[in-house]
Amino acid sequence: MSTSPLIDIDEIIERYPGKPEFLIFLLQDIQAAYNYISREALELVCDHTGVPFSTAYATATFYQSFSLKPKGEHNLRVCLGTACHLKGAPRIVEDLERRLGIKAGETTDDLQFTLETVNCLGACALAPVMVADEEYVPGATSKKVEKLVKDLAAS
Amino acid sequence: MAQITNREIQQAGRLDSAEAFMALRERILAASDPNRTEIIVCHGTGCLANGSVKVAEALQAAVKAADLDIKVTGCHGFCSRGPLVVVRPSGLFYQRVKPADAEDILQSVLEGGQPVERLLYHDPNTDQALPQEKDIPFYSHQMRIVLRNIGKIDPTDIGDTIAHGGYLALAKALYQMSPEQVVAEVERSGLRGRGGAGFPTGRKWKSALAAIKKKGYPAYVVVNGDEGDPGAFMDRTIMEGDPHAVLEGLILGAYALGAHQGFMYVRAEYPVAIKHLNIAMEQARALGLLGQNILGSGFDFDVQINRGAGAFVCGESTALFTSIEGRAGEPKPKYVRSVEEGLWGRPTVLNNVETWANVPQIIEKGGEWYAGLGVPHSTGTKVFSLVGKVNNVGLVEVPMGTPLASIVEDLGGGVPGGAPFKAVQTGGPSGGCLPYDMREVPVDFDSLTRAGSMMGSGGMIVMDKRDCVVDVARYFLRFLEEESCGKCIPCRLGLTRMREILDGFSQGIGSEKDIDDLVSLAAAIQDGALCALGGSAPNPVLTTLQYFKDEYLAHIKDKRCPAGVCKDLISYSIDPDKCTGCMTCARQCPQKAIAGEKKKPHVINQELCIRCGICMESCKFGAVNVA
Repeated sequence: MSTSPLIDIDEIIERYPGKPEFLIFLLQDIQAAYNYISREALELVCDHTGVPFSTAYATATFYQSFSLKPKGEHNLRVCLGTACHLKGAPRIVEDLERRLGIKAGETTDDLQFTLETVNCLGACALAPVMVADEEYVPGATSKKVEKLVKDLAAS
Repeated sequence: MAQITNREIQQAGRLDSAEAFMALRERILAASDPNRTEIIVCHGTGCLANGSVKVAEALQAAVKAADLDIKVTGCHGFCSRGPLVVVRPSGLFYQRVKPADAEDILQSVLEGGQPVERLLYHDPNTDQALPQEKDIPFYSHQMRIVLRNIGKIDPTDIGDTIAHGGYLALAKALYQMSPEQVVAEVERSGLRGRGGAGFPTGRKWKSALAAIKKKGYPAYVVVNGDEGDPGAFMDRTIMEGDPHAVLEGLILGAYALGAHQGFMYVRAEYPVAIKHLNIAMEQARALGLLGQNILGSGFDFDVQINRGAGAFVCGESTALFTSIEGRAGEPKPKYVRSVEEGLWGRPTVLNNVETWANVPQIIEKGGEWYAGLGVPHSTGTKVFSLVGKVNNVGLVEVPMGTPLASIVEDLGGGVPGGAPFKAVQTGGPSGGCLPYDMREVPVDFDSLTRAGSMMGSGGMIVMDKRDCVVDVARYFLRFLEEESCGKCIPCRLGLTRMREILDGFSQGIGSEKDIDDLVSLAAAIQDGALCALGGSAPNPVLTTLQYFKDEYLAHIKDKRCPAGVCKDLISYSIDPDKCTGCMTCARQCPQKAIAGEKKKPHVINQELCIRCGICMESCKFGAVNVA
């Protein structure tokens, strides 16, 4: 994951004018930099944009791409688009759930893996497809998944 | 690639008249030799995932001092054959290219010799090699209007775009047409919104003009690039492969409507699209095609990109506006239309990516020309993503009204294995499933609606006999149940209840009365839901019930899933005659439910089996059966 924990939160906050319409921009940048949005960060965003904390919280929990809990070092996203569904994506999700001992949407206790599903990556020719960190895994199978998890755990 | 570099073009500075623009275009054209050989490497998502970056690098390394260009473009559409390489101007088409093939391709190009036979496309039926892109059925049956430049231009090079006709329409409109004439031309074209509902674009713009006059505010123009339908990637391809076409369309719309601020709302899952649009905007600004005083005409317009944050409902207009305003994207009731009160309460024209990308050519060639394509009430062409159980997975553009069978069979090459398709799902979660019997239906807005489905944004998912319609209907319901924003009760609770009934069916639980309940729930949701997400959500259930009722009855009466999908109604077994005793399935089985010695047929312990299907997936000999 391309995270740079060295980015200063104030530097991110200052990227946008202090107006409510920049709330989502700020949450996106914070999510990208820290891989999650902490309570402190959310409060800073509220101070800057003038959005009430309750509204910011509602917004942060409404959208799928925001996480209020730290995510794992490796992010596994399995596409559940229609083409992938027909070509066995549910099997891939179940396989990963079994291997990692977590459900889709959860992170392993050691913060190594987060397993997510996405609606469609628009890469239907590769179905069933998943993305491990930034790398596409076309034609995912149980065998490929086994190797992938092993390799990532060792990296 | 234009021989004038991007930097030289940018040095031209802001162009202050149509003449200055035409002069720049002439300079670019004069400096580029149409006969110069280009080796084009597709960098669409499919090809990228299959390693096209390494292919381009290998070609670049091999080209050394040779006098030809290696060019990287957007998606060529034929994703199932990637990585793709095309040699221009000869039109030689190479498929499934690996980095190791680079030397052979170059040698053939430089020495003008025979094409590299092993990389050519072969007709699956006759096994005849078809070296030319234009002869391959996947391309020869297409009519590429929106996609005309994708696969030809470098999307990050405005010079290349201008050489291929980019911004001609803008220069024409600003200096030769009044805003009203632009609106009239779009109306004459008959263009209907490509995002799903098919509302006539010209009429929408006209009502916006009326609203602007009444209210006295300037309007906003917005690109809906929140392509959320699963199995659809038309808009992504357009934004990635020809971002200037979208931008030019938007600027033309802004000019027509007197808007000074535009927004592009793009799905966060499409980082390359966002990157290319940003580059396009920067380049257009530097040339004076965007920003203050565009081409010296006195017209000011600028655009901001908003990244989506992962919510399907944000493709709905009012939810999209709420999201741009910075809040949770919940739809609002549409007592007042968004052309009157949209973003921040101002008149707003929202059109889909493909709709905007059609506008420049309509202005350049005239509404009359566009109206002559397609069929009378659905003019022009439509881009479809053809996916699922079809040989040629990819992106195609055909005239409106092309029969369904022609798209799936002539372009798509039919279902792998040669069997007829079982159904085609169009319109995404709001659409429906059309059976093989309906294969002659012309694919246009009205014919699809009459057949019980809808055009939607253009996803076309082909299903074969191994796909269960109950499972597919359940899949879409679950999708929409998760994506429902929860604001209105018919959608929030109604979809859950429908899904619960289908969950029962997939386990063999249910009666014909439950089918009646599904239909009446569907009617209540259609009537009562606040927005189109809920209003169209029952469609996949209703069309599958209409065309595949027997399959529903097989689940609830015979406790059988004929397609072999619904886990509670199937069992896996191993055919002892086909099993070679290779142990692969036994090793892969997560339940250790497969017993057997090496080189002897294996047996599945049904008590332990969780029907995950991994044994079937891993067997190379087709020895695992499902029933």
